[in-house]
Amino acid sequence: MLTLLFDGIAYGMLLFVLAVGLAVTLGLMNFINLAHGAFAMAGGYITVLAMSRLGVPFLLCLPLAFVGTALLGALLEPTLYRRMYARPHLDQVLFSIGLVFMAVTGVDYVVGSMQQNIQLPEWLKGRFDIEWIGIGKYRSFIIIVCGVLTIALQWVLAKTRFGSQLRASVDDPRVAGGLGLNVNRIFLLTFAVGSGLAGLGGALGAEVLGLDPTFPLKFMIYFLIVVAVGGTTTLTGPLLAALLLGIADVAGKYYVPKLGSFIVYTLMIVILLIRPQGLFARAGGGK
Amino acid sequence: MSAVSQSLRAHATWRWWEFALLAVLLVSWLLLPSHALLLNEIAILALFALSLDLILGYAGVVSLGHAAFFGIGSYAAALFAKLVMPDPLVGMVVAVAIATALGALFSVLILRGTDLTRLMVTLGIASILYELANKLDWLTGGADGLQGVVMGPLLGQFEFDLGGRTAYAYTLAVLIVCLLLARRLVHSPFGYSLQALRDNRLRAGSIGLSVNLRLVAVYAVAAGIAGAAGALLAQTSGFSSLDVFEFHRSAEVMLVLVIGGTGYLYGGIFGAIVFKLLHDLISAWTPQYWNFWLGLFLVVLVLVGREKLMRPWTWFGAKKS
Amino acid sequence: MKSSRRLLRLISTVAASVVTIGVAAQSTSSPIKIGLILPMTGQSASTGRQIDAAVKLWMAQNGNKIAGRTVEVILKDDAAVPDTTRRLAQELIVNDKVAVIAGFGITPTALATAPLGTQSKTPMVVMAAATSSITEASPYFIRTSFTLPQATIGIADWAAKNKIKKVVTLVADYGPGFDAEKFFDSQFRLDGGQILDKLRTPLKSPDFAPVLQRVIDTKPDALFVFLPSGQGAAFMKQFAERGLDKSGVKLIATGDVTDDDQLNDMGDVALGVVNSHHYSAAHPSAVNKKFVEAFQAANKGMRPNFMAVGGYDGMRVIYKALEATKGEGGEKLLNAMKGQIFESPRGPVLIDGQTRDIVQDIYIRKVERVPAMGNGLYNVEFDVIKAVKDPGKAK
Repeated sequence: MLTLLFDGIAYGMLLFVLAVGLAVTLGLMNFINLAHGAFAMAGGYITVLAMSRLGVPFLLCLPLAFVGTALLGALLEPTLYRRMYARPHLDQVLFSIGLVFMAVTGVDYVVGSMQQNIQLPEWLKGRFDIEWIGIGKYRSFIIIVCGVLTIALQWVLAKTRFGSQLRASVDDPRVAGGLGLNVNRIFLLTFAVGSGLAGLGGALGAEVLGLDPTFPLKFMIYFLIVVAVGGTTTLTGPLLAALLLGIADVAGKYYVPKLGSFIVYTLMIVILLIRPQGLFARAGGGK
Repeated sequence: MSAVSQSLRAHATWRWWEFALLAVLLVSWLLLPSHALLLNEIAILALFALSLDLILGYAGVVSLGHAAFFGIGSYAAALFAKLVMPDPLVGMVVAVAIATALGALFSVLILRGTDLTRLMVTLGIASILYELANKLDWLTGGADGLQGVVMGPLLGQFEFDLGGRTAYAYTLAVLIVCLLLARRLVHSPFGYSLQALRDNRLRAGSIGLSVNLRLVAVYAVAAGIAGAAGALLAQTSGFSSLDVFEFHRSAEVMLVLVIGGTGYLYGGIFGAIVFKLLHDLISAWTPQYWNFWLGLFLVVLVLVGREKLMRPWTWFGAKKS
Repeated sequence: MKSSRRLLRLISTVAASVVTIGVAAQSTSSPIKIGLILPMTGQSASTGRQIDAAVKLWMAQNGNKIAGRTVEVILKDDAAVPDTTRRLAQELIVNDKVAVIAGFGITPTALATAPLGTQSKTPMVVMAAATSSITEASPYFIRTSFTLPQATIGIADWAAKNKIKKVVTLVADYGPGFDAEKFFDSQFRLDGGQILDKLRTPLKSPDFAPVLQRVIDTKPDALFVFLPSGQGAAFMKQFAERGLDKSGVKLIATGDVTDDDQLNDMGDVALGVVNSHHYSAAHPSAVNKKFVEAFQAANKGMRPNFMAVGGYDGMRVIYKALEATKGEGGEKLLNAMKGQIFESPRGPVLIDGQTRDIVQDIYIRKVERVPAMGNGLYNVEFDVIKAVKDPGKAK
């Protein structure tokens, strides 16, 4: 039972890191980016290819995945995404779906459609068995890394100037611009970091979630659930939503395997019915 | 007042190209018998897209799960034919009724919240229905699909032939009927109030239009028409599988509608024709990577401006506002 | 006026003769068309890839002429969507007038197409799908792949005779999975064993973690697994990660889990897994060695798996039947396919005249490293059950 809880937390933390970029993009630029999963996939593939072709050790691949994907995001934001901010949501949805299709088939073409396997370093394989719970080493690693990232993100938002600039821009971009903040640059940096985090999440998750070209399509709904339920105005909202989702999913599949993903979707619909702005959104503000 | 009603009436009169389109549709059945199968698929897709246009183009609801009703119609028709009676027309009526009822029921879920919320809820509903159909495999055949559906002859006379000509005629008939119905609907006071809703929900509410009631009504109608499309698929192919609830169906119908243009009812038809033809062409050349070109097409389309696709005269020259 | 009329006459004569010659040419040497519908994209794309490669290999080795006519294979992608398969089959039958439809990557695609074959009297060769009931859905089905009941009773029998008393079964939630579960259950219990629990995972994007947790909690002697080809690798990793490989729970499976396509990439975690199936790339026959070598040479070292063999043998059945009927199709062609008996790369094979299903040897294998074959991981056969008829029909 506790093992389940542990697994659920690991899964939830991973989902959070994967989805946080999406939450911020939505909150900041009001852009529904369904292609977010593609950045995660990119990070996963960078890791796999670096490890298998170039022999880069796993730990080094993680920052590599982050930086690589962040660069990709920094490239795409000013060239493509920026033109779409003012567009209606339908256009944004179509645009990002188009990007996903291109990414999915592009990766299929270059790398092939098989599941990619990562050979973890030895010290990450296996588990600690303590009394009645088995703690997977790799899953603990995920929890630690994601935990550290969350704390770092929270610190950046709350304690740095960039953080307050970001929060100001989220609350009201026009006023922020009027006060002299370079909103474009903030958008660029935020998008890059958000994509980088997704890439890191993809690299971390390749072992646990599997990695193949259809990754963005398979997990898109989970990211969207985290963001819709968690709201986009705080950081703790998506975190709690991700944890809830992770635990509910794992527990559901164990206790009631007949219902499986049913539970997650129903839970989401119920939550959204009761609180359409998300479970943890701040009152007031928001669209 | 009379100026307003005059302009509204002018809006509602039949254009020459509407007649031309209808003529082309009817003639296609006569002149292209060997392509009846492909044309049948295009017509079903067009009907599905038409239903989406009602909620997306006219009421402004972005749905990523419209396949839910397509699937309901498909399974309802297939199960009815298998378990109750194989007459296609009765099955169609039953399927449409079920889809409409469920549409009215689910519409309650999309009334509140932001665009994202609605997106998620519609997606969630379609996913839940998929899982349900999968779990109830004693009824639906699960992942193997529902077999043993043998359709009776249409109107007691016309068997569904291997070449698909009867099927196409049937689909065309349903498409035209629904088109006429939808046309009547959007050119009515109800239809205009929907557009007001789409353009500015807050304002529409503030001048006394009951927003929620209208949304429920249009969602139910759209669900019914989508159900009809699904029923057509099941009846003309004698088969129904989980695929009808899949995300790619919802995504595909949205693409089709966007290609053709939202908000004028015929976008679904044009879009379906262009999409299917493109698909067949590109798939023949590169079956594995057709999605890439589709994605590229979408990205370019949106960047350039999707209103421009069906208006070639805007492709070059000054930008209109 | 006069010159234009002459021109007109000239043109029409030329046109008429071209048309006549064309028609005459058509009727004596119109190509024999084979419709090949495979999942080249989507979840089952690896199946399509393997079969496509095998079909091309066959044609490269055996030429493309039968009874003086050219054989043309029309390849279509159905992405494993049954509606698409059905529509493509309909078009191939009606517009292209194919003599035979082949392929069928997953069971639903075969079931959807069944009525078409029956109605149009077109033989349909199932090269991949493995649910027992397929051949009963239409009298025009011929199968060259295998059935899950065939593959399953082998391992169920072996397990019962090798000190395994309590088993948990885990299968994917679809036709072949139900077949595997049912036949493992009946065979194993017949031999005196006990099934502790029957678990299922969804066909698309399964999550093995919670299900494996249940296995840990139930503590069986062995875990029997059936998963569609392509999911084996992910499963193995989860199995090892949960410590199950060290916990004394033996992993037994059908060969789909240790699919040759993915086996080498699974790593040491797959070593020692005992499984039963109808084809291993390491099968020690001369015919197979040639087949594997030729396949790898033509496909950049890609190893053929049981899907490829299904495709290869399917082409063999089609070719020999077409030769026997001199290119004619319909019921004659179907009858020429029944009863064929030959040596396939997998071993001896018979197409049963009554059930139209395949009768073949089932091997019990263990995953080992084979130094003679580049030290790669292979399913090494150590026992065989000869001439297994599909138990799903032996009623």
